Amino acid sequence: MNTREKIARRAALELKDGEVVNLGFGMPTAVPNYLPAGVHVILQSENGCLLFGPTPYAGEADPDNANAGGQPVTLLPGAAVFDLCESFAIIRGGHVNTAILGALEVDQHGDIANWARNAATGDFSPGMGGAMDLVTGAQKIVCTLQHNDKQGNSKILKKCRLAVTGQNVVNVIITEKAVFEVMDKGLMLIEKDPEISLVELKVCTEADFMIARDLRDYRMSGINA
Amino acid sequence: MNKIKEIDEVLTKLHDGATVMLGGFLGIGAPLKCIEKIAESGVQNLTLISDVSSMPGGDFDMAVLFKNRQVKKIITSHIGTCPELLEEMKAGRLAVELYPMGTWVEKVRAAGAGLGGILTPVGLGTLVEEGKEKITVNGRAYLLELPLAAEFAFIKGYRGDRLGNVEYRGASINCNRVVATAAEYTVAEVNEIVEVGAIQPDHVGTPGVYVNAVVQGNTLAAHTDLYNERWLATGQVRTKGGGGF
Repeated sequence: MNTREKIARRAALELKDGEVVNLGFGMPTAVPNYLPAGVHVILQSENGCLLFGPTPYAGEADPDNANAGGQPVTLLPGAAVFDLCESFAIIRGGHVNTAILGALEVDQHGDIANWARNAATGDFSPGMGGAMDLVTGAQKIVCTLQHNDKQGNSKILKKCRLAVTGQNVVNVIITEKAVFEVMDKGLMLIEKDPEISLVELKVCTEADFMIARDLRDYRMSGINA
Repeated sequence: MNKIKEIDEVLTKLHDGATVMLGGFLGIGAPLKCIEKIAESGVQNLTLISDVSSMPGGDFDMAVLFKNRQVKKIITSHIGTCPELLEEMKAGRLAVELYPMGTWVEKVRAAGAGLGGILTPVGLGTLVEEGKEKITVNGRAYLLELPLAAEFAFIKGYRGDRLGNVEYRGASINCNRVVATAAEYTVAEVNEIVEVGAIQPDHVGTPGVYVNAVVQGNTLAAHTDLYNERWLATGQVRTKGGGGF
Protein backbone atom coordinates (compact mmCIF):
# COMPACT_ATOMS: atom_id res chain seq x y z
CA MET A 1 0.00 0.00 0.00
CA ASN A 2 1.34 3.41 -0.86
CA THR A 3 1.82 6.21 1.66
CA ARG A 4 -1.09 8.27 0.37
CA GLU A 5 -3.57 5.42 0.71
CA LYS A 6 -2.25 4.62 4.18
CA ILE A 7 -2.71 8.21 5.34
CA ALA A 8 -6.17 8.44 3.72
CA ARG A 9 -7.26 5.21 5.46
CA ARG A 10 -6.14 6.60 8.81
CA ALA A 11 -7.72 10.01 8.21
CA ALA A 12 -11.05 8.31 7.41
CA LEU A 13 -11.17 7.14 11.04
CA GLU A 14 -11.35 10.77 12.20
CA LEU A 15 -14.80 11.21 10.65
CA LYS A 16 -18.07 10.50 12.42
CA ASP A 17 -21.40 9.62 10.87
CA GLY A 18 -23.36 12.70 9.81
CA GLU A 19 -20.47 15.14 10.02
CA VAL A 20 -20.05 18.06 7.64
CA VAL A 21 -16.58 17.61 6.18
CA ASN A 22 -14.36 19.72 3.97
CA LEU A 23 -11.48 18.01 2.19
CA GLY A 24 -8.41 19.84 0.97
CA PHE A 25 -6.60 18.91 -2.23
CA GLY A 26 -4.14 16.08 -2.59
CA MET A 27 -4.31 13.22 -0.14
CA PRO A 28 -7.52 14.31 1.63
CA THR A 29 -9.62 13.87 -1.53
CA ALA A 30 -9.09 10.08 -1.31
CA VAL A 31 -10.53 9.85 2.23
CA PRO A 32 -14.19 9.15 1.19
CA ASN A 33 -12.98 5.94 -0.49
CA TYR A 34 -12.18 4.51 2.93
CA LEU A 35 -15.03 5.59 5.21
CA PRO A 36 -15.78 2.89 7.78
CA ALA A 37 -19.05 0.97 7.34
CA GLY A 38 -21.99 2.98 8.64
CA VAL A 39 -20.20 6.33 8.44
CA HIS A 40 -21.79 8.73 5.98
CA VAL A 41 -20.57 12.28 5.84
CA ILE A 42 -21.79 15.44 4.15
CA LEU A 43 -19.00 16.76 1.96
CA GLN A 44 -18.81 20.54 1.75
CA SER A 45 -17.02 22.32 -1.03
CA GLU A 46 -15.79 25.95 -0.93
CA ASN A 47 -17.31 26.75 -4.32
CA GLY A 48 -20.78 26.25 -2.89
CA CYS A 49 -22.20 22.80 -2.34
CA LEU A 50 -23.07 20.34 0.38
CA LEU A 51 -23.47 16.60 -0.18
CA PHE A 52 -21.67 16.16 -3.44
CA GLY A 53 -21.01 12.63 -4.65
CA PRO A 54 -18.77 10.64 -6.96
CA THR A 55 -17.16 11.82 -10.17
CA PRO A 56 -19.61 11.55 -13.11
CA TYR A 57 -19.05 9.28 -16.09
CA ALA A 58 -17.68 10.62 -19.36
CA GLY A 59 -20.31 12.54 -21.30
CA GLU A 60 -22.66 12.73 -18.31
CA ALA A 61 -21.08 15.62 -16.42
CA ASP A 62 -23.23 18.63 -15.58
CA PRO A 63 -21.22 21.67 -16.75
CA ASP A 64 -22.43 23.68 -13.76
CA ASN A 65 -21.58 21.28 -10.93
CA ALA A 66 -17.97 20.94 -9.86
CA ASN A 67 -15.90 20.73 -6.71
CA ALA A 68 -13.45 23.31 -5.37
CA GLY A 69 -10.83 21.99 -7.79
CA GLY A 70 -12.95 22.68 -10.87
CA GLN A 71 -13.51 18.94 -11.33
CA PRO A 72 -17.00 17.69 -12.21
CA VAL A 73 -19.05 16.15 -9.41
CA THR A 74 -22.47 14.59 -9.03
CA LEU A 75 -24.88 15.84 -6.40
CA LEU A 76 -26.44 13.27 -4.06
CA PRO A 77 -30.12 13.33 -3.01
CA GLY A 78 -30.41 16.04 -0.34
CA ALA A 79 -27.57 18.12 -1.75
CA ALA A 80 -27.67 21.91 -1.60
CA VAL A 81 -25.94 24.46 -3.81
CA PHE A 82 -25.37 28.08 -2.85
CA ASP A 83 -23.08 31.01 -3.53
CA LEU A 84 -19.65 31.68 -2.01
CA CYS A 85 -20.90 34.13 0.62
CA GLU A 86 -23.08 31.34 2.00
CA SER A 87 -20.32 28.79 1.60
CA PHE A 88 -17.88 30.83 3.66
CA ALA A 89 -20.54 31.69 6.22
CA ILE A 90 -20.78 27.91 6.68
CA ILE A 91 -16.99 27.64 6.98
CA ARG A 92 -16.17 30.72 9.09
CA GLY A 93 -19.33 30.38 11.13
CA GLY A 94 -18.24 27.05 12.59
CA HIS A 95 -20.73 24.85 10.71
CA VAL A 96 -18.08 22.50 9.28
CA ASN A 97 -17.31 19.74 11.77
CA THR A 98 -14.01 18.54 10.35
CA ALA A 99 -11.60 19.78 7.70
CA ILE A 100 -8.87 17.43 6.48
CA LEU A 101 -6.04 19.43 4.95
CA GLY A 102 -2.72 18.71 3.34
CA ALA A 103 0.30 20.69 4.55
CA LEU A 104 3.85 21.57 3.65
CA GLU A 105 4.78 21.90 7.33
CA VAL A 106 3.10 21.59 10.71
CA ASP A 107 4.52 22.29 14.16
CA GLN A 108 4.18 21.37 17.81
CA HIS A 109 2.07 24.46 18.51
CA GLY A 110 -0.54 23.38 15.97
CA ASP A 111 0.58 25.93 13.39
CA ILE A 112 0.13 24.80 9.78
CA ALA A 113 1.78 26.05 6.59
CA ASN A 114 0.11 25.01 3.35
CA TRP A 115 -0.16 28.01 1.04
CA ALA A 116 3.17 29.78 0.63
CA ARG A 117 6.34 28.16 -0.59
CA ASN A 118 9.83 29.39 0.10
CA ALA A 119 10.24 32.73 -1.67
CA ALA A 120 13.99 32.63 -1.00
CA THR A 121 14.38 29.67 -3.37
CA GLY A 122 12.32 31.40 -6.07
CA ASP A 123 9.28 29.17 -5.58
CA PHE A 124 5.96 30.89 -6.21
CA SER A 125 3.09 30.77 -3.75
CA PRO A 126 -0.19 29.58 -5.23
CA GLY A 127 -2.25 31.48 -2.68
CA MET A 128 -4.23 30.53 0.37
CA GLY A 129 -7.56 29.89 -1.37
CA GLY A 130 -10.01 28.87 1.34
CA ALA A 131 -7.42 27.31 3.67
CA MET A 132 -7.18 30.25 6.09
CA ASP A 133 -10.97 30.40 6.38
CA LEU A 134 -11.09 26.66 7.07
CA VAL A 135 -8.44 26.64 9.78
CA THR A 136 -10.17 29.59 11.44
CA GLY A 137 -13.72 28.27 11.25
CA ALA A 138 -13.87 24.47 11.14
CA GLN A 139 -14.41 22.81 14.52
CA LYS A 140 -11.66 20.22 14.02
CA ILE A 141 -8.59 20.43 11.77
CA VAL A 142 -6.89 17.22 10.70
CA CYS A 143 -3.55 17.78 9.02
CA THR A 144 -2.30 15.02 6.69
CA LEU A 145 1.21 14.99 5.29
CA GLN A 146 4.22 12.79 4.70
CA HIS A 147 6.40 12.64 7.78
CA ASN A 148 9.61 13.65 5.98
CA ASP A 149 10.54 15.40 2.77
CA LYS A 150 12.52 13.77 -0.05
CA GLN A 151 15.79 14.62 1.70
CA GLY A 152 14.52 13.01 4.88
CA ASN A 153 13.94 16.27 6.75
CA SER A 154 11.09 16.29 9.24
CA LYS A 155 7.93 18.13 8.22
CA ILE A 156 6.73 17.98 11.84
CA LEU A 157 8.65 20.93 13.21
CA LYS A 158 9.26 22.77 16.46
CA LYS A 159 8.19 25.93 14.63
CA CYS A 160 6.95 26.33 11.04
CA ARG A 161 9.51 28.00 8.77
CA LEU A 162 7.19 28.81 5.86
CA ALA A 163 4.50 31.49 6.11
CA VAL A 164 1.69 29.95 8.17
CA THR A 165 -1.95 29.44 7.23
CA GLY A 166 -2.98 29.70 10.88
CA GLN A 167 -1.52 29.56 14.36
CA ASN A 168 -2.54 27.00 16.96
CA VAL A 169 -5.32 25.58 14.80
CA VAL A 170 -4.44 21.92 14.12
CA ASN A 171 -6.05 19.22 16.28
CA VAL A 172 -4.67 16.00 14.78
CA ILE A 173 -1.56 15.30 12.67
CA ILE A 174 -1.53 12.15 10.55
CA THR A 175 1.58 10.97 8.71
CA GLU A 176 2.42 7.53 7.32
CA LYS A 177 4.50 6.88 10.45
CA ALA A 178 2.46 8.25 13.31
CA VAL A 179 -0.60 10.07 14.60
CA PHE A 180 -0.26 13.00 17.01
CA GLU A 181 -2.86 14.93 18.93
CA VAL A 182 -2.10 18.61 19.39
CA MET A 183 -2.67 19.49 23.02
CA ASP A 184 -2.16 22.72 24.98
CA LYS A 185 1.13 21.39 26.33
CA GLY A 186 2.39 20.08 22.98
CA LEU A 187 2.16 17.03 20.74
CA MET A 188 0.99 13.68 22.06
CA LEU A 189 1.89 10.57 20.08
CA ILE A 190 -1.22 8.40 20.09
CA GLU A 191 -0.47 5.89 17.32
CA LYS A 192 2.71 4.63 15.71
CA ASP A 193 3.49 2.30 12.83
CA PRO A 194 4.65 -0.89 14.58
CA GLU A 195 7.42 -1.27 11.96
CA ILE A 196 9.13 1.84 13.34
CA SER A 197 10.69 1.99 16.80
CA LEU A 198 10.15 4.95 19.11
CA VAL A 199 13.82 5.80 18.79
CA GLU A 200 13.57 5.85 14.99
CA LEU A 201 10.47 8.03 15.20
CA LYS A 202 12.25 10.51 17.46
CA VAL A 203 15.19 10.67 15.05
CA CYS A 204 13.01 11.50 12.06
CA THR A 205 10.79 13.99 13.93
CA GLU A 206 12.05 17.49 14.71
CA ALA A 207 9.13 18.39 16.98
CA ASP A 208 9.12 17.40 20.62
CA PHE A 209 6.34 15.01 21.55
CA MET A 210 4.94 13.18 24.52
CA ILE A 211 3.90 9.54 24.34
CA ALA A 212 0.36 8.57 25.23
CA ARG A 213 0.04 6.03 28.01
CA ASP A 214 -2.28 4.03 25.77
CA LEU A 215 -0.11 4.34 22.64
CA ARG A 216 -1.60 2.16 19.90
CA ASP A 217 -0.45 0.62 16.67
CA TYR A 218 -1.31 2.71 13.59
CA ARG A 219 -4.90 2.02 12.58
CA MET A 220 -6.32 2.04 9.06
CA SER A 221 -9.95 1.97 8.04
CA GLY A 222 -10.84 -1.31 6.36
CA ILE A 223 -7.64 -3.03 7.53
CA ASN A 224 -7.29 -3.09 11.30
CA ALA A 225 -10.01 -0.70 12.44
CA MET B 1 -36.71 48.83 -20.40
CA ASN B 2 -34.56 46.45 -22.41
CA LYS B 3 -31.18 45.39 -21.07
CA ILE B 4 -30.58 42.81 -23.77
CA LYS B 5 -27.51 43.85 -25.74
CA GLU B 6 -24.85 42.51 -28.06
CA ILE B 7 -21.50 41.75 -26.43
CA ASP B 8 -19.67 43.93 -28.97
CA GLU B 9 -21.91 46.88 -28.12
CA VAL B 10 -21.22 46.47 -24.40
CA LEU B 11 -17.48 46.12 -24.88
CA THR B 12 -17.16 49.54 -26.55
CA LYS B 13 -17.35 50.88 -22.97
CA LEU B 14 -14.32 48.87 -21.85
CA HIS B 15 -11.02 50.76 -21.91
CA ASP B 16 -7.31 50.32 -21.24
CA GLY B 17 -6.58 50.32 -17.52
CA ALA B 18 -10.14 49.24 -16.58
CA THR B 19 -10.91 47.30 -13.42
CA VAL B 20 -12.81 44.15 -14.35
CA MET B 21 -14.43 41.72 -11.95
CA LEU B 22 -15.22 38.21 -13.15
CA GLY B 23 -17.78 35.76 -11.79
CA GLY B 24 -17.19 32.04 -11.91
CA PHE B 25 -14.93 29.66 -10.04
CA LEU B 26 -12.08 27.86 -11.81
CA GLY B 27 -13.99 28.12 -15.08
CA ILE B 28 -17.36 26.91 -13.72
CA GLY B 29 -19.96 29.63 -14.25
CA ALA B 30 -17.37 31.69 -16.11
CA PRO B 31 -18.55 34.25 -18.71
CA LEU B 32 -16.65 32.51 -21.50
CA LYS B 33 -18.07 34.47 -24.47
CA CYS B 34 -17.41 37.83 -22.81
CA ILE B 35 -13.85 36.78 -21.97
CA GLU B 36 -13.31 35.73 -25.59
CA LYS B 37 -14.53 39.15 -26.75
CA ILE B 38 -12.41 41.01 -24.17
CA ALA B 39 -9.42 39.11 -25.53
CA GLU B 40 -10.35 40.04 -29.10
CA SER B 41 -10.87 43.70 -28.16
CA GLY B 42 -7.20 43.97 -27.21
CA VAL B 43 -7.75 46.26 -24.19
CA GLN B 44 -4.59 46.53 -22.11
CA ASN B 45 -3.48 47.02 -18.51
CA LEU B 46 -6.55 45.46 -16.97
CA THR B 47 -6.87 44.90 -13.26
CA LEU B 48 -8.75 41.63 -12.86
CA ILE B 49 -10.68 40.86 -9.71
CA SER B 50 -11.50 37.16 -9.59
CA ASP B 51 -11.91 34.86 -6.61
CA VAL B 52 -9.65 32.21 -8.13
CA SER B 53 -7.93 31.89 -11.50
CA SER B 54 -8.68 29.70 -14.53
CA MET B 55 -9.82 26.11 -14.66
CA PRO B 56 -6.78 23.90 -13.85
CA GLY B 57 -4.57 23.33 -16.84
CA GLY B 58 -5.08 26.72 -18.48
CA ASP B 59 -6.07 27.39 -22.10
CA PHE B 60 -9.62 27.98 -20.87
CA ASP B 61 -11.69 30.92 -19.63
CA MET B 62 -9.59 33.83 -18.33
CA ALA B 63 -6.25 32.21 -19.27
CA VAL B 64 -6.32 33.91 -22.69
CA LEU B 65 -6.19 37.36 -21.07
CA PHE B 66 -2.84 36.49 -19.45
CA LYS B 67 -1.60 34.80 -22.59
CA ASN B 68 -2.34 38.02 -24.50
CA ARG B 69 -0.62 40.07 -21.77
CA GLN B 70 -3.72 42.18 -21.20
CA VAL B 71 -3.61 42.02 -17.39
CA LYS B 72 -1.31 44.07 -15.15
CA LYS B 73 -2.76 43.03 -11.82
CA ILE B 74 -5.01 40.35 -10.32
CA ILE B 75 -6.80 40.54 -6.96
CA THR B 76 -7.65 36.96 -5.97
CA SER B 77 -7.25 34.15 -3.43
CA HIS B 78 -5.43 31.61 -5.60
CA ILE B 79 -3.31 31.65 -8.75
CA GLY B 80 -1.89 28.14 -8.88
CA THR B 81 -4.19 26.66 -11.53
CA CYS B 82 -3.45 28.97 -14.49
CA PRO B 83 -0.09 28.40 -16.24
CA GLU B 84 -0.52 31.51 -18.42
CA LEU B 85 -1.00 33.66 -15.30
CA LEU B 86 2.07 32.15 -13.62
CA GLU B 87 4.16 32.86 -16.68
CA GLU B 88 3.16 36.52 -16.60
CA MET B 89 3.88 36.76 -12.89
CA LYS B 90 7.29 35.09 -13.19
CA ALA B 91 8.16 37.46 -16.04
CA GLY B 92 7.45 40.38 -13.70
CA ARG B 93 4.57 41.73 -15.80
CA LEU B 94 1.76 40.83 -13.41
CA ALA B 95 1.14 42.01 -9.84
CA VAL B 96 -0.78 39.67 -7.53
CA GLU B 97 -2.78 40.75 -4.49
CA LEU B 98 -4.00 37.83 -2.37
CA TYR B 99 -6.84 37.57 0.14
CA PRO B 100 -8.30 34.51 1.84
CA MET B 101 -11.18 33.23 -0.29
CA GLY B 102 -13.92 34.00 2.21
CA THR B 103 -12.47 37.45 2.85
CA TRP B 104 -12.42 38.15 -0.90
CA VAL B 105 -16.15 37.42 -1.26
CA GLU B 106 -17.03 39.48 1.81
CA LYS B 107 -14.98 42.44 0.52
CA VAL B 108 -16.95 42.27 -2.72
CA ARG B 109 -20.21 41.90 -0.80
CA ALA B 110 -19.31 44.95 1.31
CA ALA B 111 -18.77 47.01 -1.85
CA GLY B 112 -22.11 45.95 -3.32
CA ALA B 113 -24.01 46.32 -0.06
CA GLY B 114 -22.84 49.80 0.90
CA LEU B 115 -20.73 48.69 3.86
CA GLY B 116 -17.52 50.38 4.95
CA GLY B 117 -15.74 47.05 5.32
CA ILE B 118 -15.97 43.81 7.24
CA LEU B 119 -14.36 42.43 10.41
CA THR B 120 -12.97 38.91 10.12
CA PRO B 121 -10.72 36.72 12.26
CA VAL B 122 -9.39 35.01 9.13
CA GLY B 123 -5.73 35.79 8.51
CA LEU B 124 -4.85 36.73 12.09
CA GLY B 125 -1.33 35.58 12.89
CA THR B 126 -0.43 35.32 9.19
CA LEU B 127 1.05 37.52 6.44
CA VAL B 128 -2.52 38.64 5.65
CA GLU B 129 -2.38 40.89 8.73
CA GLU B 130 0.29 43.13 7.22
CA GLY B 131 -0.73 46.76 6.94
CA LYS B 132 -4.26 46.14 8.20
CA GLU B 133 -6.08 47.64 11.12
CA LYS B 134 -6.91 45.23 13.96
CA ILE B 135 -10.10 45.87 15.87
CA THR B 136 -11.10 44.18 19.12
CA VAL B 137 -14.80 43.49 19.64
CA ASN B 138 -15.98 41.84 22.87
CA GLY B 139 -12.43 40.76 23.59
CA ARG B 140 -11.86 39.10 20.20
CA ALA B 141 -9.47 40.46 17.58
CA TYR B 142 -10.51 40.95 13.96
CA LEU B 143 -8.94 42.35 10.82
CA LEU B 144 -10.66 45.24 9.12
CA GLU B 145 -10.99 44.39 5.43
CA LEU B 146 -12.14 47.12 3.07
CA PRO B 147 -14.71 46.95 0.25
CA LEU B 148 -13.61 45.73 -3.18
CA ALA B 149 -15.46 47.18 -6.17
CA ALA B 150 -14.90 47.32 -9.94
CA GLU B 151 -15.88 49.41 -12.92
CA PHE B 152 -17.10 46.37 -14.85
CA ALA B 153 -18.40 42.98 -13.77
CA PHE B 154 -18.96 40.03 -16.09
CA ILE B 155 -21.06 37.22 -14.69
CA LYS B 156 -22.54 34.04 -16.14
CA GLY B 157 -26.09 32.82 -15.56
CA TYR B 158 -28.38 30.20 -17.04
CA ARG B 159 -31.34 32.35 -18.12
CA GLY B 160 -31.80 36.10 -18.25
CA ASP B 161 -34.59 38.48 -19.25
CA ARG B 162 -34.78 42.04 -20.55
CA LEU B 163 -35.22 43.41 -17.02
CA GLY B 164 -31.83 41.93 -16.17
CA ASN B 165 -33.09 39.17 -13.90
CA VAL B 166 -30.73 36.19 -13.86
CA GLU B 167 -31.38 32.57 -12.94
CA TYR B 168 -28.47 30.24 -12.15
CA ARG B 169 -28.03 26.50 -12.66
CA GLY B 170 -26.49 24.20 -10.10
CA ALA B 171 -23.32 25.27 -8.36
CA SER B 172 -22.47 27.80 -11.08
CA ILE B 173 -23.95 30.57 -8.94
CA ASN B 174 -20.59 30.46 -7.03
CA CYS B 175 -19.09 33.99 -7.18
CA ASN B 176 -21.54 35.30 -9.76
CA ARG B 177 -24.23 36.45 -7.37
CA VAL B 178 -21.96 38.64 -5.26
CA VAL B 179 -19.83 39.88 -8.17
CA ALA B 180 -22.98 41.16 -9.90
CA THR B 181 -23.54 43.58 -7.02
CA ALA B 182 -20.17 45.31 -6.88
CA ALA B 183 -19.53 47.01 -10.23
CA GLU B 184 -20.61 50.24 -11.86
CA TYR B 185 -21.60 48.27 -14.96
CA THR B 186 -22.59 44.61 -14.72
CA VAL B 187 -22.90 42.35 -17.75
CA ALA B 188 -24.71 39.02 -17.41
CA GLU B 189 -23.88 36.39 -20.02
CA VAL B 190 -26.57 33.70 -20.14
CA ASN B 191 -27.28 30.43 -21.92
CA GLU B 192 -30.84 31.54 -22.74
CA ILE B 193 -32.53 34.89 -23.07
CA VAL B 194 -36.17 34.46 -22.06
CA GLU B 195 -39.36 36.53 -21.89
CA VAL B 196 -40.07 38.52 -18.76
CA GLY B 197 -42.03 36.24 -16.44
CA ALA B 198 -40.36 33.04 -17.64
CA ILE B 199 -38.07 33.03 -14.62
CA GLN B 200 -40.14 32.33 -11.50
CA PRO B 201 -39.66 35.13 -8.97
CA ASP B 202 -38.21 32.72 -6.40
CA HIS B 203 -35.72 31.41 -8.97
CA VAL B 204 -34.19 34.82 -9.62
CA GLY B 205 -30.62 34.53 -8.29
CA THR B 206 -29.57 38.04 -9.27
CA PRO B 207 -32.36 40.63 -9.40
CA GLY B 208 -32.25 42.84 -12.49
CA VAL B 209 -31.51 45.88 -10.35
CA TYR B 210 -27.83 44.87 -10.30
CA VAL B 211 -27.56 44.17 -14.01
CA ASN B 212 -26.93 46.67 -16.84
CA ALA B 213 -26.70 44.31 -19.79
CA VAL B 214 -27.79 40.77 -20.61
CA VAL B 215 -25.88 39.10 -23.43
CA GLN B 216 -26.23 35.77 -25.20
CA GLY B 217 -23.56 33.22 -24.33
CA ASN B 218 -23.26 29.59 -25.40
CA THR B 219 -26.57 27.70 -25.51
CA LEU B 220 -27.00 25.18 -22.72
CA ALA B 221 -26.40 22.34 -25.21
CA ALA B 222 -23.15 23.89 -26.50
CA HIS B 223 -22.11 24.75 -22.92
CA THR B 224 -22.70 21.14 -21.80
CA ASP B 225 -20.70 19.74 -24.72
CA LEU B 226 -17.85 22.20 -24.18
CA TYR B 227 -17.32 21.25 -20.52
CA ASN B 228 -17.76 17.54 -21.15
CA GLU B 229 -15.15 17.65 -23.91
CA ARG B 230 -12.77 19.60 -21.67
CA TRP B 231 -13.21 17.20 -18.75
CA LEU B 232 -12.82 14.16 -20.98
CA ALA B 233 -9.63 15.59 -22.49
CA THR B 234 -8.18 16.38 -19.04
CA GLY B 235 -9.16 13.03 -17.48
CA GLN B 236 -11.64 14.47 -14.97
CA VAL B 237 -14.50 12.06 -15.65
CA ARG B 238 -14.89 8.34 -15.01
CA THR B 239 -15.05 5.72 -17.70
CA LYS B 240 -17.64 2.96 -17.30
CA GLY B 241 -16.33 0.17 -15.14
CA GLY B 242 -13.69 2.44 -13.59
CA GLY B 243 -13.75 2.82 -9.83
CA GLY B 244 -12.84 5.55 -7.44
CA PHE B 245 -14.60 8.42 -5.83
